[in-house]
Amino acid sequence: MSVLHTVNKSPFEKAAFESCLKHTGPGDAVLLIEDGVYAAVKGTAVADRIAGGNGAVSLYALGPDLAARGITESAVIETVKVVDYGGFVDLITEYDVSQAWL
Amino acid sequence: MSEQEQEFSGSDVQKKFLYLNRRAPYGTIYALESLEVVLIGAAFDQDVSLAFLDDGVYQLLKGQDTKAIGMKNFSPTYRALGDYEVTKLYVEKESLEERGLSIDDLMEITYEDEDDDWAEKPSIQLVNRSEFAAIMAAQDVILSF
Amino acid sequence: MKIGILVSEGPFTHQASDSAYQFVKAALEKGHEIFRVFFYNDGVNNGTRLTVPPQDERNIQSNWTELAEKHNLDLVVCIAAAQRRGILDENEAKRQGKDADNIAPGFRISGLGQLIETGIESDRLVVFGD
Repeated sequence: MSVLHTVNKSPFEKAAFESCLKHTGPGDAVLLIEDGVYAAVKGTAVADRIAGGNGAVSLYALGPDLAARGITESAVIETVKVVDYGGFVDLITEYDVSQAWL
Repeated sequence: MSEQEQEFSGSDVQKKFLYLNRRAPYGTIYALESLEVVLIGAAFDQDVSLAFLDDGVYQLLKGQDTKAIGMKNFSPTYRALGDYEVTKLYVEKESLEERGLSIDDLMEITYEDEDDDWAEKPSIQLVNRSEFAAIMAAQDVILSF
Repeated sequence: MKIGILVSEGPFTHQASDSAYQFVKAALEKGHEIFRVFFYNDGVNNGTRLTVPPQDERNIQSNWTELAEKHNLDLVVCIAAAQRRGILDENEAKRQGKDADNIAPGFRISGLGQLIETGIESDRLVVFGD
């Protein structure tokens, strides 16, 4: 059983992103949506939390939310895969259960 | 509450439901309305557990007194959860520690174990952060508030 | 797959309802079944027909209503949360002695049991909130 975690908060405003990372297990995935996508950007104070990850957790960010916020895909950390809403749906079906870090 | 209760005449599927509480009471309504879902959900005979982490641990603090803010003190309801056969309350140890709290600061919440001659047992289980990923992975449904 | 949705924030202040709407559209396009969309907490405010957003903005309520009509979606507003926030259908308005109702077409008011049922009956439950 593996969990898809969603995070919709900026890591600079709320602890949801940090709390999420502390509660992931091997084989889990994290999908950044809404203001959560700011955590996917290269060169920020929290970028190490993603780039330095152990690789056991897959990372995704929602493309439409990145685009809306003026973040180009080239600004996104390489280990983060960008998906659209269809990809979001696929992730929900691929993982056994989802947990929203509101 | 009973008028809101819906008779569910579906299959006898039993799923594992986890209610995940990460927010403090009173400042927002999430804790109260989460508890309302738990109470209604108890009628459905599912395998229910509650998790309290991050600011969610504040929901269980002893000595809540809301008189002067004019809001209803719903903390006694947690102590009644045993009567609804909601007996698994996982509280994250690190979340308590980060807030300068220990289990002694929380309300005493118990249930009577029907499989053990109705012995009174604590509902609260302290869980390490590292164990939470496995608890979540074991669920069919996670409702987070 | 059968997917259930929980929306726990109202329209406009938070993106939650927009995200849920986009997700549901994408899921339907992929041939999944949406078992139910349940609106709870401030999410019940998505179900009032009295919102009048500016012409050049999306109308979240009518988006839901149109999607529900097109795909026969079950949009359920929690009665307990709705009563707190003044979302009423005709029956409830009468029962509570109120002079008007405001539930939008395509939405219905029902109990929290419908959320638990969504969890039981759906293969996945996806939460959109804040």
